[in-house]
Amino acid sequence: MTGAQILLRMLAEESVDTLFGYPGGAVIDIYDELARSEIRHVLVRHEQAAVHAADGYARARGTVGVCLVTSGPGATNSVTGIASAYADSIPLVVLTGQVPTHLIGNDAFQEVDIVGITRPCTKHNYLVPSVDQLAPILKEAFHLARSGRPGPVLVDIPKNVQSARTLFRPPAPLRARPYAAVSEPHAGQLRTAARLIQTARRPLIFAGGGVIRAGAAPELTRLARRFRIPVTCSLMGLGAFPGDDPLFLGMLGMHGTYAANLSTGACDLLLGVGVRFDDRVTGKTDAFAPQATIVHIDIDPTSIRKNVPVRVPLVGDCRVSLERLNDLLDDPPGDALEEARREWLARIEEWKTCRPLCYRTDGTIKPQQVVETLYELTRGEAIITTEVGQNQMWAAQYYRVRHPGHFITSGGLGTMGFGLPAAIGAQIACPEKTVVDIAGDGSIQMNIQELATAVQYRLPVKVVILNNGCLGMVRQWQELFYGGRYSATCNNAQPDFVKLAEAYGAFGLRAERPEEVLPVLERGLSLPGPAILDFRVTPEECVYPMVPAGAPITEMLLV
Amino acid sequence: MKAQKHIMTMLVDNEPGVVSRVAGLFSGKGFNIESICGSPTHNPEVSRITIVTRADAPVIEQIEKQLRKLINVLKLRSLNGPHCVRRELALVCIPVKPEQRPEVLRIVDLVGGRVADAGLNHLIVEVSGEQEEIETAIRLLEPYGIKKLARTGPIGLIREPK
Repeated sequence: MTGAQILLRMLAEESVDTLFGYPGGAVIDIYDELARSEIRHVLVRHEQAAVHAADGYARARGTVGVCLVTSGPGATNSVTGIASAYADSIPLVVLTGQVPTHLIGNDAFQEVDIVGITRPCTKHNYLVPSVDQLAPILKEAFHLARSGRPGPVLVDIPKNVQSARTLFRPPAPLRARPYAAVSEPHAGQLRTAARLIQTARRPLIFAGGGVIRAGAAPELTRLARRFRIPVTCSLMGLGAFPGDDPLFLGMLGMHGTYAANLSTGACDLLLGVGVRFDDRVTGKTDAFAPQATIVHIDIDPTSIRKNVPVRVPLVGDCRVSLERLNDLLDDPPGDALEEARREWLARIEEWKTCRPLCYRTDGTIKPQQVVETLYELTRGEAIITTEVGQNQMWAAQYYRVRHPGHFITSGGLGTMGFGLPAAIGAQIACPEKTVVDIAGDGSIQMNIQELATAVQYRLPVKVVILNNGCLGMVRQWQELFYGGRYSATCNNAQPDFVKLAEAYGAFGLRAERPEEVLPVLERGLSLPGPAILDFRVTPEECVYPMVPAGAPITEMLLV
Repeated sequence: MKAQKHIMTMLVDNEPGVVSRVAGLFSGKGFNIESICGSPTHNPEVSRITIVTRADAPVIEQIEKQLRKLINVLKLRSLNGPHCVRRELALVCIPVKPEQRPEVLRIVDLVGGRVADAGLNHLIVEVSGEQEEIETAIRLLEPYGIKKLARTGPIGLIREPK
């Protein structure tokens, strides 16, 4: 078999049925085989989008996403996608073509050292030295991508390795790697954690993306509901706990809700699950959860005590750890505690009602209104992808995601241009679902060419543009912290998004007044193909609450 | 918290690019490397890298956890304290006029060094030992003017049970 045939064989063994990619000279042998294969290839229009689409696919489906790009510029274009997936711990296998082995190091046409370039933004990467190594490397690559803390793994395959022939032997079982994640948490620490949960007067659960990756959402929901512990989520954690549950406080952090941020400031036990206490969540770390004992569950030991002091570390799989906690905890807290817990929930309820998420109406379309209406129309059941900036924060605040894997956003890296290709990947993963990219007029233009992909494959993704005619989040910082000097954020030329959609063969609709929001969304969601819905929203609208960078999260700017 | 010197040694896959993965982790995360020493072992598939860093305790904890996450790092141990043997080798080239030679050789003797190369007007002195011993030797030789200096950085092994 040739290297290209071995590659496709190994993909089939890993149950890969979809590949996102873009052809080129250094992968032409693989494309030649692909044409004869059962694996579905989705042709994107830019290699960055191939990675984001594989990422969206992986998140929506809970499997490893796979993409294929050529050497040189194809490979460098994929780097932003890889770094995004790395920051969000998404399992991907990225296949890149490379110049033939005898030309490596020669500055050959379309040669780059992509293994060197992606070393700091992959979980691991490989240059396949010979065709005999291909199958074992691929097997290890898939294993590494999905095991432990997931992440992207890159496999760089020289052109002559793709065409070389060898006898295919199924790869031997993987050699035991010292870096194998521990799934079972330490029993003693578990008991300590259980006791702390049992005796806490003001407990709070803080859930992150790790809960979703580990499939731990049901266990988390069970724990929270059994003991009536309120839950807040990081941006990446949205969907780990039902957004419409009364115990849910909304998102935590810089644009977190008043209730979530104040609860974190007042809780006496913070159970962090699958989170890394990133700076957007903690604000000023010295002032973060000052009264709380922190119990931290995470599969990655480096996440623990990286940013905040942790009293009880539980290194392990989130699902296994929560299962064990659920097993250990069977008694309801005693009467005295019962009273304290009731008071705690009452206090939180007060924060929720006195300062809910809100906005002022003034005769223009409010972006929050668009997201709220979308939420109502889809009954919270749509898969939402987002771009990055204000659109992302309004989506996170007002679309109360109910299921894991239904909120797909570039949380760690904050990659503009992520949403549309990710929506394409999610729509392919879940053809029966409504998939909506909540976008801004800035971000959408970073990967707008993917409309062609959506049209070609008849993917009915809907792009809701919260069009404020400016780069809103930076503009907001300029308004609040830079004396209103709107450097490079406003008055930029903009395409007519409706005409643009039509030029690509998609549908385009526009709403300019508040009363048009509902009918345009209704009509847009009912369209059979991809569509851009262009909402002309208030240009100066800011995202609130907002914690200024470096301030304690309990000090918020409010509407 | 005070920065302290910390020596760690790791067994790694003997593959191209492994040193750059280890060194890249330090530079990418802003950790400090005082010295790094990599060489083969008796097992052709495995190499050993020994690194000296200076950091406070929580950062050292992070460095070790991050290193253990690298797929090519097979085993990591710290080499601090009396349960380890540590050695460093230094080659010191000093200009030595013939009349100075006897006193320099006395110093070489005093620090347990050896002459690796001698000429009419120079000596290359070889010293090995714990880092402190090397530093003493350098300090004693410095008045003669050090022309060139090469140090390996420490390597080490954990002692076996007696």
